[in-house]
Amino acid sequence: MLNNFPLWPEQASTLAHRVDALYIFLLVVGGMMAVLIFVLLIYFAARFRHRPGVRAEQIEGSNALEITWSVIPFCVFMVIFIWSSALYFKERTPPADSSEIYVVAKQWMWKVEHAEGQREINELHVPVDRDIKLIMTSQDVIHSFFIPAFRIKQDVLPGRYSVEWFHATKPGVYHLFCSQYCGTQHSGMVGSIVVMEPAQYEAWVSGNPSGPLSASGEKEFAELGCSSCHRSDVQGRGPNLQGVFGKPVQLEDGRIVTADENYLRECILDPGSRRVKGYQPIMPTFQGLVTDEQINELVAYIKSIGANQSGAKTTARAAPPFTGKAQPSGNQVQ
Amino acid sequence: MSMEIAIPQTVERENYLNKEYGVWSWLLTTDHKRIALLYLVSITFFFFIGGFFALLIRLELLTPAGDLVQADTYNKLFTMHGMVMVFFFLIPSIPAVLGNFLVPMMVGAKDLAFPRINLLSWYLYIIGGAIMLHCMLTGGVDTGWTFYTPFSTNFTNTKIVEAGIAIFIAGFSSILTGLNFVVTIHRMRAPGMTWSRLPLFIWAHYATSIIQLLGTPVIAITIVLVACERALHLGIFDPKLGGDPLLFQHLFWFYSHPAVYIMILPSMGVITEIIACFSRKRIFGYHFVAFSSIAIAVFGFLVWAHHMFVAGISIYSALVFSFLSYAVALPSAIKVFNWTATLYKGSIHYDAPMLYAFGFLGLFTMGGLTGLFLAALGLDVHVHDTYFVIAHFHYIMVGGAVMGYLGGMHFWWPKISGKLYPEGWARLAALIVFIGFNLTFFPQFVLGYMGMPRRYYDYSHMPEFQVLNVLSTAGATVLGVGYLLPMIYFLWSMRYGKPASDNPWNAAGLEWKTASPPPTFNFDEEPVVTWEAYNYDELDAPPQKQEVTVG
Repeated sequence: MLNNFPLWPEQASTLAHRVDALYIFLLVVGGMMAVLIFVLLIYFAARFRHRPGVRAEQIEGSNALEITWSVIPFCVFMVIFIWSSALYFKERTPPADSSEIYVVAKQWMWKVEHAEGQREINELHVPVDRDIKLIMTSQDVIHSFFIPAFRIKQDVLPGRYSVEWFHATKPGVYHLFCSQYCGTQHSGMVGSIVVMEPAQYEAWVSGNPSGPLSASGEKEFAELGCSSCHRSDVQGRGPNLQGVFGKPVQLEDGRIVTADENYLRECILDPGSRRVKGYQPIMPTFQGLVTDEQINELVAYIKSIGANQSGAKTTARAAPPFTGKAQPSGNQVQ
Repeated sequence: MSMEIAIPQTVERENYLNKEYGVWSWLLTTDHKRIALLYLVSITFFFFIGGFFALLIRLELLTPAGDLVQADTYNKLFTMHGMVMVFFFLIPSIPAVLGNFLVPMMVGAKDLAFPRINLLSWYLYIIGGAIMLHCMLTGGVDTGWTFYTPFSTNFTNTKIVEAGIAIFIAGFSSILTGLNFVVTIHRMRAPGMTWSRLPLFIWAHYATSIIQLLGTPVIAITIVLVACERALHLGIFDPKLGGDPLLFQHLFWFYSHPAVYIMILPSMGVITEIIACFSRKRIFGYHFVAFSSIAIAVFGFLVWAHHMFVAGISIYSALVFSFLSYAVALPSAIKVFNWTATLYKGSIHYDAPMLYAFGFLGLFTMGGLTGLFLAALGLDVHVHDTYFVIAHFHYIMVGGAVMGYLGGMHFWWPKISGKLYPEGWARLAALIVFIGFNLTFFPQFVLGYMGMPRRYYDYSHMPEFQVLNVLSTAGATVLGVGYLLPMIYFLWSMRYGKPASDNPWNAAGLEWKTASPPPTFNFDEEPVVTWEAYNYDELDAPPQKQEVTVG
């Protein structure tokens, strides 16, 4: 085991370098503070050890010193705070033209749906040098999608979408961990992130069994009867969804929300809660009627009809024979 | 300094230990000192249960494969290790044992303000503890001590409600202790014992009590809500029922973050007393140390969401909580600087309590500084929920709180038992604890940054983590020996130890001005305080009756 004993995690994303830089800065600053205190402690302990006949010299305190050792650490703290906050904003804000991949977590596996229609379990194939945005939800408890080599982590919650992004810089296979305790096989909820050269990735992704995600969504949209009210040609009983994604929507109660993934999801599962102004509360809930994968497909479809919305790279591809590791939607174990 | 040995008297004077004998004289006592001993026995029992769980966890992690216990068993082990250590050892440790024993004596009172409520608090603790024991023996809980929903409310079949009831009841024990301290410190100080003459141990306990009073009810409410969702399927936290799982995390950490300060503030109080005594000096910057305790108690309530930076809170609220976390780090830093400055031009003795205090200073500094890493938003995203966090909070809660507790137990043991502990063994134990602790937890910082998630039973997918885990397990066995030693020699000293004088350390503080062990009402006559805290100058003045200390 000694010949496999790394002390530093691999760096395989653009963020990894930035996080490591901050970490090293903190190691240096924290190390200096620690050394300062330890040296003083050891020096004082040795220099002022008890000697018979020598009495301690009583010192009241010193306001100047108190101010010094309050203000200097505070300034150092603020440097760390500003640096780390800027980094956090970067980590939490996916670039606008990221490729989108849907992730559904459940006890105890990761299910991945690519926009192109590829599905995988406990594996995520991505191309190197591209911004990848993960749109994640959980079917049961809270999980957390953690890739140490990319220095990113995001809790995955039931009932909503969480978002995480990365930009891999080095082809290879990296650990994927669930880092939020989720029950018996929590430590078995691990997988691999496979970062591939673009050409290799194109070959992998073209082994596509079922067409792009948005195409499946379009089918669902028709089969579930959504299209009878949400019409694109004439004014239906529901709002026209053409181009709605990412746009502000005025609600019945006067509020204005952005029609993002979470809002679309909520409208499917709980249509009454944030109803669009001017429409009757006639839409039924689809809670229990659609799986998380189907919701992802519907959302992907609604995005794709969003009149060239940036983000959804859902160019339809031909459907060559099934090759990859895939799971049909709707076949999940509850 | 050498501990002074009392000249054996032919007739033992009456004290709180020999006044009455028999089980009922203990179980029905309202004497704060006897209640402190009841607590001492109870928390020691739970400490070794929690420690046993920790040992099993470390043994399981010796090899990457899950081979010692089943996955479910492992999950229960770390859950119950956390629950027992936090709710049944650390939170009551210093306040309920040393605080109970010392707060009335330090302020010059006969007892706490509400002696019967004090006894009630111990019974509540015992009832809570008994329920927790029953819960553990009949199946246990597997949610982690954090009880995150909706796992705890709808996805586990273990005994959540029973564990919740145990913690709910034990929480009231903590509230009552806090209540007693606040009233005692306000109302029962001896004549002349002004606020600025109070030992800093009292300031630390005052700050702790405020948190116990204001924070603990929130965890009680949270437990009730979890029980309601679990038993009655009210939709509070589970999104399937229309609830919000993040609401639970906010409520849980609103108590459980300040609870960290319930654990560490009393320890800071202990360390302050020890450093003053063994460097024979008044504390540098008394008022800064005192008010930093209050500042920690107040700001401690405003930083809870720093446990949730990757949980799905908004970027902007994360920003606020990160900033406030740096704000709360400042008073702790001020304390460390003042303690260090106190050593300057002191006359430093290396007795066992001081060794623990040095250990505390080193480990707490490490724990505090790594807290800066976790409060850093961009970095926390990577290290959150990894072994980095485990290492950090063990440096604070074991390296800090437990070191302080052990230091305090050694410092006041002559007062509590009337006997001296064996100094050589005690210094050896302090050294073993320090080395064992660092060997256990330092590798976990590295493991955490490498990315090993916490609460992993099996790491066979990442065998590269094994070397560091082996080091950690080796350290845990050393640490275990270090913790067993004091228990053995304290028990030994009760029978065979040399009798202690009233003030074996020649220490300042009212508790040293009465007999060892003290009489039931602490002082033969009500003390009148005419001196400042830490008047070591007067105590060490040459022509004095007090013994000349010899290094």
